[in-house]
Amino acid sequence: MTGIICHGVFVTFGDFKALRGVDLIVPPGGWFAVVGPNGAGKSTLLRAIGGLVAASGRIDLGDHPVAGMPRRELARMVALVTQDPVIPPGMKVVDYVLLGRTAHLGFFESEKRSDFIAVEKALRDLDAMQLVNRAVDSLSGGERQRIVIARALAQESRVLLLDEPTTALDVGYQQEMLELVDRLRAERNLTVLATMHDLTLAGQYADWLVMLNAGEVVVSGCAGEVLTEEVVDRYYGAKVKVISDNSGPIVVPVRRDGT
Amino acid sequence: MAPIADDENDASMSPAGLNPWCLLSGVLAVVIVGLAGLVFGPASIGVWDVLVELADRLPLVDTESGLGDTRTAIVWEIRLPRVVLGLLVGAMLATAGGAYQGVFRNPLADPYLLGVAAGAGFGATVAIASGFGDGIGMLDPVPMFAFVGALVAVVTTYLVGSTRGSQDRIISLVLAGVAVASFFTALQTFVQQRQSETIRQVYFFVLGQLRTAGWDEVKLLAPYTVVCILVILAARRRIDVLSVGDDEAGALGLDVRRVRLVLVIAASLGTAAAVSVSGLIGFVGIIVPHAVRLLFGSSYRVILPLSVLFGGSFLVAADLFARMALEPAEMPIGVITAFLGAPFFVIVLRTSRNSK
Repeated sequence: MTGIICHGVFVTFGDFKALRGVDLIVPPGGWFAVVGPNGAGKSTLLRAIGGLVAASGRIDLGDHPVAGMPRRELARMVALVTQDPVIPPGMKVVDYVLLGRTAHLGFFESEKRSDFIAVEKALRDLDAMQLVNRAVDSLSGGERQRIVIARALAQESRVLLLDEPTTALDVGYQQEMLELVDRLRAERNLTVLATMHDLTLAGQYADWLVMLNAGEVVVSGCAGEVLTEEVVDRYYGAKVKVISDNSGPIVVPVRRDGT
Repeated sequence: MAPIADDENDASMSPAGLNPWCLLSGVLAVVIVGLAGLVFGPASIGVWDVLVELADRLPLVDTESGLGDTRTAIVWEIRLPRVVLGLLVGAMLATAGGAYQGVFRNPLADPYLLGVAAGAGFGATVAIASGFGDGIGMLDPVPMFAFVGALVAVVTTYLVGSTRGSQDRIISLVLAGVAVASFFTALQTFVQQRQSETIRQVYFFVLGQLRTAGWDEVKLLAPYTVVCILVILAARRRIDVLSVGDDEAGALGLDVRRVRLVLVIAASLGTAAAVSVSGLIGFVGIIVPHAVRLLFGSSYRVILPLSVLFGGSFLVAADLFARMALEPAEMPIGVITAFLGAPFFVIVLRTSRNSK
């Protein structure tokens, strides 16, 4: 198992500092959720860990620093599911999930039997084997999200980064997706770091919450510590009611001019 | 790879790949069009005689075609080199076009996207205008100048377009291509205006022509074409990965910049070589990969190998038409590729839409 260690991570785009010294330790096998308002730097943090944007400071995956690691090697350690994945028109599910094997193939190599086995295992783990010969762009939102996760699983990396995995889904699919991720985490010994908009779901599924604001970690802790009315008001500028429940705090927006 | 059989009763996987029937149809197209190219022409030569004559050149086969010396020479020294040149140029342009469309994720990309055509046109014009056009000794300078011009244009585009700081490298490369192409076209027009008596020759280069003098052009072009096509074909799986965008392709473990650079070099070098011999034949690089995509599937693992076969046969067919239609005059092949290609493409576009 592989954990994630970030120490003093800065990312700048031109004059804009997207991350300003983020410290974060995700233990091997843990599930951390990154929350925070729009523009707080959540996606940038994931992209920095995935090696897609240049970051200063230190990011380690297990014992290996991300900086300077060749792309192929990095992709075998960490899989990133972006918020709005590009679906090439007409591409079949099997071909799409096979893209996840890129890091396991040499420049001029084509897929071997082991690659097809990994694809089949990923699709079976997501109960999506029946979709294997459908075109990805013909699938429903929920099915499509499964296929995108299947591609990440086919990568067979130990760390899974999910950028807003539930945004496009209805509430039933949201729950199903997060339960699936939780099950896969246990079965495949994955370390999961996910950015999430839905604070209630984040609190219910993740072990630990990290709240970013303006590129800095402002609060981190278990759901009960991070999801308070005062914290949400301060960083989101939102008026909410937090109801405690056995499954975790439930964050409900309250109309501002209401009584 | 055979589909993986399945113990439960759900679907078995059938990944995109070249199915043998598609490949066979491509090979058949090359053989049929190639034979037609040898048979048809001012001197009539029968199909059977051509086949026997070809078989005679195989090792361990000794047959007598009954063709006289003149007709044997027509087959071997005039028609066959021209057919082979057509196959090479067509295959190169179609494959390069397909590669460009994948690398730039732009269906309108053609092999001339980064300024190859404008550079070659300028180079050829300089050679013609400076009076070298009739050849000095053995060497015909027009292809040489065109080749150098094409490469200078592409390298300029790449250097200008891939400077650091620009966020979207694809767009900045394509825009740099537009700028460089306009610049070289302006230079070409300038040189041409100063030497107006050369306009006709330049015009022929711009419209493209498969002119051969024996096997020289084929020998010149073959090494470039073979190497460049092989490199592009070998990277066809990587082009499929690029279809999810630079970001995700990077996250999947692809070194996007390196792959793009390798493919742009191979496609541009091959195109520059083809253009220097054949002039600016338009339309092949855009129409053939798209027709293949519509007919056989959207994976570059299918598009690129079939573009080699159908690109070659399309150009040989167009050339046949170009020299037969207004016999004994010869039409520029670029006119034919568009004239035949455009309606054909519309038919493919419509029928494939209807079937889905």
